[in-house]
Amino acid sequence: MAIEVRIPTILRSYTDGAKTVQAKGDTLADLIDNLEAEHAGIKGRLVENGRLRRFVNIYVNDEDVRFLGGLEAELGEGDSVTVLPAVAGG
Amino acid sequence: MRYESFLDSVGGTPLVGLPRLSPSPKVRLWAKLEDRNPTGSVKDRAAMSMIRDAEADGRLRPGSTILEPTSGNTGISLAMAARVLGYRIVCVMPENTSPERRELLAMYGAEVVLSPAAGGSNEAVRVARRMSENHPDWVLLYQYGNPANAAAHYDTTGPEILADLPTVTHFVAGLGTTGTLMGAGRFLREKVPGIEIVAAEPRYGELVYGLRNLDEGFVPELYDPDVLTTRFSVGPRDAVARVRELLDTEGIFAGISTGAILHAALGVARKAVRADKAADIAFIVCDGGWKYLSTGVYSGDLDDAEEALDGQLWA
Repeated sequence: MAIEVRIPTILRSYTDGAKTVQAKGDTLADLIDNLEAEHAGIKGRLVENGRLRRFVNIYVNDEDVRFLGGLEAELGEGDSVTVLPAVAGG
Repeated sequence: MRYESFLDSVGGTPLVGLPRLSPSPKVRLWAKLEDRNPTGSVKDRAAMSMIRDAEADGRLRPGSTILEPTSGNTGISLAMAARVLGYRIVCVMPENTSPERRELLAMYGAEVVLSPAAGGSNEAVRVARRMSENHPDWVLLYQYGNPANAAAHYDTTGPEILADLPTVTHFVAGLGTTGTLMGAGRFLREKVPGIEIVAAEPRYGELVYGLRNLDEGFVPELYDPDVLTTRFSVGPRDAVARVRELLDTEGIFAGISTGAILHAALGVARKAVRADKAADIAFIVCDGGWKYLSTGVYSGDLDDAEEALDGQLWA
């Protein structure tokens, strides 16, 4: 089950510059473990003490994963995952 | 309706039904026309509230200088009020914002300090904080952490919506400073059991997320995720498509950020239709489209529109 993950500029040093990568997982936590296996070091930039880092936002099909169960959010075939740093509006 | 002065005419905006855009007679969309505020945006509410609050506690006195990081609308609101009330104002604004915003700020007599495009508003906040350290006598109202911002919406926007639409089931607004959602969202949650509070957050081009490292990210101090039911990220293509749809179907000429909010509102509406539930979905029209005409996104190809907004702070 392949899921497309969009990587922000700031984390592309872990993906050889790739903007999108494919990964697998039934939950976001699984997906991040799978990403880590291919792109060592990336997990530590996304997760801290078992939680999403404060300034990291992850969206599943454009919905903020913090409202979908966080790391336990379930993923399915064809889902798209977007990682973005938190920025200000206003 | 009569007011003692222009400044007093903030709020009390119309809530209009959208019969052509609503998916069914049972699932209805309602637009809160915040462009009908003194300077034409929802930010007049927060700006007046922050100024009155700072005057009341003595931080802001005749001759004071106001300092504010802003991507535009808050600055325009503050600058208008500052001109009328006799304050000096310095706005720190990212350079990747529409020229109309800069021109309006200049017209109202604001001094504009441009901050680098990369990093967007995060960078404007950083520059303003640095300036504030060098000018401790300037009054940094700081919309991202000023409780008077959210209080304006708790006291006015939320009650206005409930009074006009007692059957409201969903409230959808943009997430920037988070003031509108936190204030109106809290009020509506207290009064309407089961109401859903939905955030639409603009997703910009890569330049705007060009931080040096992730720890430079920014979450406004006002933000409390417990107020929200959920939060959607909406890119410029969807925002532009929806803002055109709003104009084509209902005649409303709105700014681009409203397109992002409408996109989320229509997603919520679709879900209600699928679940065969009745819904009254109120959403915020943040401002009119006038300030964004120079972007060229109101006509022509969507690919071109998307390209024109890449790297711009369009919301």
